[in-house]
Amino acid sequence: MKAQQYEAPDSIDKAVALLAAAKGQARVLAGGTDLLIQMRVGRLSADTIVDIKCIAELRKISREDGGFKIGAAVSGAEADEHAELVAHWPGVVEGWELIGSTQIQGRATLAGNLCNASPAADGVPALIAAGAQVTIVGPNGSRKVPVEAIPTGPGRNSLAKGEFVTYFHLPKRPPHSSDAYLRLIPRTEMDIAVVGCAVNLTLDAGGTCTAASVALGAVAPTVVKVPDGAKALIGTKLDAAALDKLAAAASAACKPIDDKRGTVVYRTKIAGVLARRAALIAYERARKRA
Amino acid sequence: MSKHHVTATINGEPTEFLCETSQSLLDVLRDELELTGSKEGCTSGDCGACSVMLDGRLVCSCLVLGVEASGRTVDTIEGMAQGADLHPLQRHFLEGAALQCGICTPGFLIAARALLERTPDPTETEIRYWLAGNLCRCTGYDKIVRAVMDAAAEMRGAR
Repeated sequence: MKAQQYEAPDSIDKAVALLAAAKGQARVLAGGTDLLIQMRVGRLSADTIVDIKCIAELRKISREDGGFKIGAAVSGAEADEHAELVAHWPGVVEGWELIGSTQIQGRATLAGNLCNASPAADGVPALIAAGAQVTIVGPNGSRKVPVEAIPTGPGRNSLAKGEFVTYFHLPKRPPHSSDAYLRLIPRTEMDIAVVGCAVNLTLDAGGTCTAASVALGAVAPTVVKVPDGAKALIGTKLDAAALDKLAAAASAACKPIDDKRGTVVYRTKIAGVLARRAALIAYERARKRA
Repeated sequence: MSKHHVTATINGEPTEFLCETSQSLLDVLRDELELTGSKEGCTSGDCGACSVMLDGRLVCSCLVLGVEASGRTVDTIEGMAQGADLHPLQRHFLEGAALQCGICTPGFLIAARALLERTPDPTETEIRYWLAGNLCRCTGYDKIVRAVMDAAAEMRGAR
């Protein structure tokens, strides 16, 4: 692993300036659980590492406009300990928590999971189903974009030179809303998703679905939204016919690869199964939330 | 590029060291500070043999830069026993033969202690999930899980 310079700025502005002024390749270090491994195996190089964990505001989870603002340097373990975030967005947190071991959770950030741009990133589908946005800063100032605008393909993202993610923004929750994320792996823990599925629902007081969003991971180069599946749930109490339509729509949305973890046929079938199960979990959670 | 001059609190002691940017915290512990209890297994965050506590949080020291320890607290296996008095986890690992070659043991002990600090009465399932990032190719895990449960019971009784 080669790296020359290490900087740990204490403000976003200083981090932007360091990245803009860096000679050669500069890399942002958050949790480091992808970056340091990729540098060690020679897949990525860095002349300068800019560690953003000393920027206090990026280490915080706070309330914002009835929703949540999550700093890019918050670890999975910190999110898991934030009872309010878990109560509002259990699906977002359970996706994040599935990334790696307890040790990895002590460091791994959602921003890293997003920008690393693995098609199987467990943190990403629930963010997209949630309608989350990210703030990006860079030499040309700051902008806010939907989470799905960041990954552009396996290992590639849309950030320009000198840009990095500073915050995630999760919107305000209407009453009777919740979400869920499920993934399938060949073992019970510590593996990469064969398929991941997030479902985000809002119900009316009687339990009828009024809004839905469904997103699949690991079945295409980037996360796939399933608008037909979401539409099938709206206006129903997730009866068998609605769930059948959801499952069919999820399978139809898949454009997966064959690899050692799963075949095209298997991934396509499993996407429907997980969508159905995740929808039922989100439904039960939403019913319990006044 | 000159080396970084880092000051950190390691096992309760203010400690200074010099390191290159590219040195991991594990490299620093083993090669600069002669704290060789933390082991290098995979260097990719999969095996947990290098587990340490960083500001009270369980991490793989192979995935932390040495320079990141600046101003932080690091707790390693070397700080677990109090003099000749072994930690209950260490004693139960020995008594229950929860180790064979021993390479994974420091990581298991650090990770298990972190679990018991937040969950004094864990179920077997909680122990297995918490320790999923610590690999052992000798024991088959059963004796490790039992040793953690026995140590937890003893520590609860001692309170």
